[in-house]
Amino acid sequence: MHSLGPVLRVMGLLLMVFSLAYLMPIASALIFADGTVALFLDAMAICFAGGGVLWALTRRARRELQARDGFLLVTLAWVMMAAIATVPLMLAIPGLSFTDAFFETMSGLTTTGATVLVGLEKLPPSINLWRHELNWLGGMGIIVLAVAILPLLGVGGMQLFKAETPGPMKDAKLTARITDTAKALWLVYFAITVVCILCLRLVGMNWLDAICHAFAALSLGGFSTYDASVGQFDSPAIEFVLIVFMMLAAMNFATHFIAWSGRSLRAYWTDSEAKALVALIVSSILVCATYLWVVGTYGEWMTALRHVAFNLVSIATDCGFVSVDYDKWPIFVPLWMLFLSCITVSSGSTGGGIKMVRTLILAKQGLRELQRLIHPRVVNPIRIGATAIPDQIAGAVLGFIFLYALTVGELTFFLVASGLDFISAFTAIIACINNAGPGLNVVGPAQNFQSLTDFQTWICSLAMLAGRLEIFTLVVLFTPYFWKK
Amino acid sequence: MKIIILGAGQVGASVAESLVSEANDITVVDTDTARLAQLQDRFDLRTVTGNAASPSTLRQAGAEDADLLIAVTQSDQTNLCACRIAKSLFNLPTRIARVRSADYVEHPELLEEANFAVDFSICPEQIVTDYIVKLIEFPEALQVLEFADGLVSLVAVRAFEGGPLVGHPLKDLRKHIPQVDARIAAVYRRDKPIIPHADTVIEPGDEVFCLAATKGIRKVMRELRRMDKPVKRVMIVGGGNIGYRLARAIENDYQVKLIDHGRERTGWLAENLQNTLVLRGDATDERLLEEENVGDMDLFLSLTNDDENNIMAALLAKRMGAGRVVSLINRRAYADLLQGGQIDIAISPAQTSIGTLLAHVRRGDVAAVHSLRRGAAEALEVVAHGDAQSSQVVGRRIDQLPVIEGAAIAAIVRHVPISETPVYTHDLGEERQYKVIIAHHDTVIEQDDHVIVFVVSKHLVPKVEKLFQVGIGFF
Repeated sequence: MHSLGPVLRVMGLLLMVFSLAYLMPIASALIFADGTVALFLDAMAICFAGGGVLWALTRRARRELQARDGFLLVTLAWVMMAAIATVPLMLAIPGLSFTDAFFETMSGLTTTGATVLVGLEKLPPSINLWRHELNWLGGMGIIVLAVAILPLLGVGGMQLFKAETPGPMKDAKLTARITDTAKALWLVYFAITVVCILCLRLVGMNWLDAICHAFAALSLGGFSTYDASVGQFDSPAIEFVLIVFMMLAAMNFATHFIAWSGRSLRAYWTDSEAKALVALIVSSILVCATYLWVVGTYGEWMTALRHVAFNLVSIATDCGFVSVDYDKWPIFVPLWMLFLSCITVSSGSTGGGIKMVRTLILAKQGLRELQRLIHPRVVNPIRIGATAIPDQIAGAVLGFIFLYALTVGELTFFLVASGLDFISAFTAIIACINNAGPGLNVVGPAQNFQSLTDFQTWICSLAMLAGRLEIFTLVVLFTPYFWKK
Repeated sequence: MKIIILGAGQVGASVAESLVSEANDITVVDTDTARLAQLQDRFDLRTVTGNAASPSTLRQAGAEDADLLIAVTQSDQTNLCACRIAKSLFNLPTRIARVRSADYVEHPELLEEANFAVDFSICPEQIVTDYIVKLIEFPEALQVLEFADGLVSLVAVRAFEGGPLVGHPLKDLRKHIPQVDARIAAVYRRDKPIIPHADTVIEPGDEVFCLAATKGIRKVMRELRRMDKPVKRVMIVGGGNIGYRLARAIENDYQVKLIDHGRERTGWLAENLQNTLVLRGDATDERLLEEENVGDMDLFLSLTNDDENNIMAALLAKRMGAGRVVSLINRRAYADLLQGGQIDIAISPAQTSIGTLLAHVRRGDVAAVHSLRRGAAEALEVVAHGDAQSSQVVGRRIDQLPVIEGAAIAAIVRHVPISETPVYTHDLGEERQYKVIIAHHDTVIEQDDHVIVFVVSKHLVPKVEKLFQVGIGFF
């Protein structure tokens, strides 16, 4: 490994740019006059100064960054921004420990949406806006990460993202240059967010709530301004709007871009991930709603459908909004929702977990092996859409899924060892590694991560980071190969 | 006629062979001297060595006063380029090119006078593929040919014990299936042609050529043999051009297995075929065939480039219980040796595909030519031009025509005014209707009739052409 200088220099620049993010809460603090202006100015100054010092110290270390530096840079970016973003929270909420503040900002930036704060509605509006902005910025970061950076690093078969891009995408405006691609995708992200804000305003939210919830929905973060989350509004219209935008956010933003630039919905039809996503979610909703109706949790099928639709979409897309306490439902449904959260969202979206494209590859790999038992000489490449996936990528995907399962198992053991019951431990890790949000039991939808010990909170923070960075990016830093010169 | 053939491959050689016997001046161009020498040894023709797409080679081949250019080299680009040069520099009147790539085929405007100036394009692989697809649709037939845009079909069927007509004279056909007007055009008994008469008795083992409107063809076949069960499982050996096209064409209607030995090729095939099971291995390896249950296959097709491999794979599959085996065989001697024995159908790719090409070479107005029995016999679709004065056929009854021993008029396709109710109609989307008239001795040929003539030997073709040629009086 080369010297860390150049990586830290870029980090310094990144932090200085990140300090601009404080402008939004500062503006809101002025509008709402909630007395947090000075606090945010302090935080902004700290952030800018911290970045500036880092940059000044390493400014001589000019070197072209290599792909290998990317692993470190990406990990550092998430950790350091989360650390520095704790400042306003710690200043505004007396008694908040760094552990909890870090969990909260990490949850924001990784778009997880799990929270340790209670009494959200009593917080100054600007602090809530700050939390949601972290969600939204995290979403932006992930889109670029997924579309441009991870494929470059070759993490877990993400190269196939390029191969998977459906037909029209190859010749369309999605450019070869990372910066252009990022700009195009951000534009789509921004545009959909604006539409979402307007829709939420129309169905009855006030401007602050609309902005906050739109940020959380598009980034599939799932922070809310209320302890009861979306359940606070008890409005089918709001739930419906959020379902639509969560589904959109769970699709590949490149597909949105193509549909938008080509003015045609054909892009969705050629995107095999989007098709599988919709099919899986719609069928799950129907089955689970019918199940709840049959076992008598809800007397009416329509009521069951409404609650299942919202909560299932929210968890399956790794968003994390909650409208009812689904922990009280028969365990089958919440567990199925958490299972979906592992596999459902598309690559190139803001969601987490294994991603649909890997799920498809895994399923097809399984079928392929079965076919091979009957026809030993068969030549049957894995096909996603019309494209055959090279064996090397299929191997990387299998490796990823193995590592993912291993990580879930390991971290669950840590939580169990520290005294948490199994269901809480397992679902907390699943919810964190998929960046979904609430788990079950102690960390369930009606509670939050407040009750965890510091050690457990750190484990959950680690799970969020690992899940967000597709595990490989983080784990590779702990291998000897990475540090050898 | 002066003809230049570019390319001395399988197609080029077969075209040369067919045309050289019809008193044409033929020049063959190829880059491979050895192949040309071989061709020159066998036939009376001239050869030129050189790049077919270069003006100097074409000039050397006599492009300046040639009547017809047939560009059938391996390369589409060479063929297209040669046609353009022939048009621009030598103003050669008729240019035929072999164009295989779908990329070109999808853009017919490229072949126009202003672009590549190709008068007719042919794709031999596609023709062979279509031919095999027909065989799969009609599993009882040895060969299925279509005339007049598919309105009339000619099928070759081997008569079997148990067919209602077998052992009976031909005139009984009318009694058995009065609703279908069919005609037995020829019967081959122990490979010798018999011109059938009303009293000819069909024997088991006879190869019978019968012609009827396409709708009624199955009923006619049922007279000659019991029907096989429809084909469901197909195994193809060889994933070359023909094997791939065939698999593409039938994979959604049948269960298809495709065997090829090339590592890269199988990968490519597996990527491009959606519903075909692609297997890598050697088709003459009986373990592979056994693993893949060759015994349960309704149809086994060996379609590689190599005659010997095709034959061995087909024989092996037959021994292991495959239903019907079909093999591509380029060499006439092999085909004659094996067809009807262990191998059910031997297909000569070159003979199958050059029919369309020959139609453009023939004098008179020939709409279609089909080679039968791997080139020994032919079925022609000739348009009768002129009137009773200028033509020897128009306005005459069939029994008034001069008799050519070995040639028989099998049917007439006539287009009729829309008001008349035809026997069989075929809507072409225009204000036209066609009527199929199965030829009888008293049928009168009219102007512009498409006459389908069956000739048992190719040597008779010029006589038929001459009969249909319009006399001087026409002009």
